[in-house]
Amino acid sequence: MSAVIAKGVGKTFGTKAGDVVALTEVELTVEAGEFVSLIGPSGCGKSTLLRLIADLDSATTGELEVFGKPARQARINQDYGIAFQQAGLLPWRTVAGNIALPLELHGVSKKARADRVAELAALVGLEEFVDRYPDQLSGGMQQRVAIARALAEQPRLLLMDEPFGALDEMTREYLQGELARIAADTGAAVVFVTHSIPEAVFLSDRVVVMSPRPGRITDILTTGLGDARTEALRESPEYFERVTAVREALHGAPVERANER
Amino acid sequence: MSSVEALREPQRALRFIAPIAVGLIILALWFLVVDVLHAAPRALPSPVAIVGQIADHYDIILEDMGITATNALVGLAVGAVVAIVLAALAATFRPIDGMLAPLVAAIAVVPIVAITPILNTMFGASSQFGRQYVAAIAAFVPVFVNVLRGLRQTRPVHRDVLRASGANGLQTFRVLTLPTALPYLLTGLRIASSIAVIAALVAEYFGGPADGIGTAIASYAKSGHAALAFAYVAGGIAIGLVLFLVMSLLERLVTRGRPV
Repeated sequence: MSAVIAKGVGKTFGTKAGDVVALTEVELTVEAGEFVSLIGPSGCGKSTLLRLIADLDSATTGELEVFGKPARQARINQDYGIAFQQAGLLPWRTVAGNIALPLELHGVSKKARADRVAELAALVGLEEFVDRYPDQLSGGMQQRVAIARALAEQPRLLLMDEPFGALDEMTREYLQGELARIAADTGAAVVFVTHSIPEAVFLSDRVVVMSPRPGRITDILTTGLGDARTEALRESPEYFERVTAVREALHGAPVERANER
Repeated sequence: MSSVEALREPQRALRFIAPIAVGLIILALWFLVVDVLHAAPRALPSPVAIVGQIADHYDIILEDMGITATNALVGLAVGAVVAIVLAALAATFRPIDGMLAPLVAAIAVVPIVAITPILNTMFGASSQFGRQYVAAIAAFVPVFVNVLRGLRQTRPVHRDVLRASGANGLQTFRVLTLPTALPYLLTGLRIASSIAVIAALVAEYFGGPADGIGTAIASYAKSGHAALAFAYVAGGIAIGLVLFLVMSLLERLVTRGRPV
């Protein structure tokens, strides 16, 4: 079963200055276990599309199915986990308390919660920090806690809205590698919003290129880089080729290379 | 100990020593002016005489402190509970907020002194109710304003996280809205605790039963027992201070482990 099916999805926001079309005529299918990135300039509706899939906002037009259910039902059934650019951890809860939050809300027993938290902390490499409070952690560690929380209910779909956008380049590359590993381990489908071309290419099976005014999908590129997401991939010619292809799709025309002038 | 902490250590000591030093200097000056130079008016007694009065009359001072403290506490409790309930309603329903905002603004600017004689007359000379009522009104405003503000401090990303986790309204209130508002509630209570004591004490100047710290200060000051009047002032300060410290401690306890 496909993780996400969007048919003719559109979103219009009513503002004082009149209606703003944030997203129009989106046709997109994300298969189970597939890693799909949404990329585009500000205002292209990539975050809006993610919020529609998550049922944090509702679509104005079209149909949106998550695992064959309406988005709202999928949210209530906890079919997805989500992470944002801000880690969004509750500052009065410890790392363990934050990871356990979704489990607590769904009435999972204390013992089962503790076991799952230990598992997840190990998965994101934070075993030694479960008793810390979020403000005692670095930005990268906070984001790892947020990812662990998103994975708490073992979702088959992970929604991520620029989760590494606020991090420095080195932490970012490290966490990209970690995310690729986690996605492969859990077999979850991922919809990943980013405005970094290398990030999108490195992580994704497919890159969805979007354009603003009105927000829409202009191109979908298959990376075909295989399953191995290692640091060596970042140096490979295929990787650079895909980066160039995505860049050209974003700019709408072949990019002139310095050595071809 | 790191060098930064080593630097901080004397600073921390200074934080305690400085106010104590200021207090001692003022006492010494006071003593100098009254007992050595004999340059003070008759109504300003020596600090030694005041301490003597406290020692001699601590039993009746404590008794009156009990009356005033009870009035302040009853007022604080009632005012706070009403404030919390109304703030919760205002935070949940926009129209209620619209209805309450001007009312609270009106209550906030009513001079307690102005309505106290009316309330005292209304509830009779044998009832503490007028005084408690005044303390409740005084305590209501800071608690209401702070709690309402606190209930609106939830961050969008936190609301998104809870919605995405399928949390219902009650769960969202319990795990997000309430913990977010708690430090604001305690700040409101801390401010209200001092105001409630002042209100309860001032209310005694305007009638009601012939007991309490305020009544005693007024009658002893008028009858020329300045030292005893000041001893009662010390009692009033003690009530306010104890309540303020208890509230500050509560605030610390509840907000520990949190970033400010």
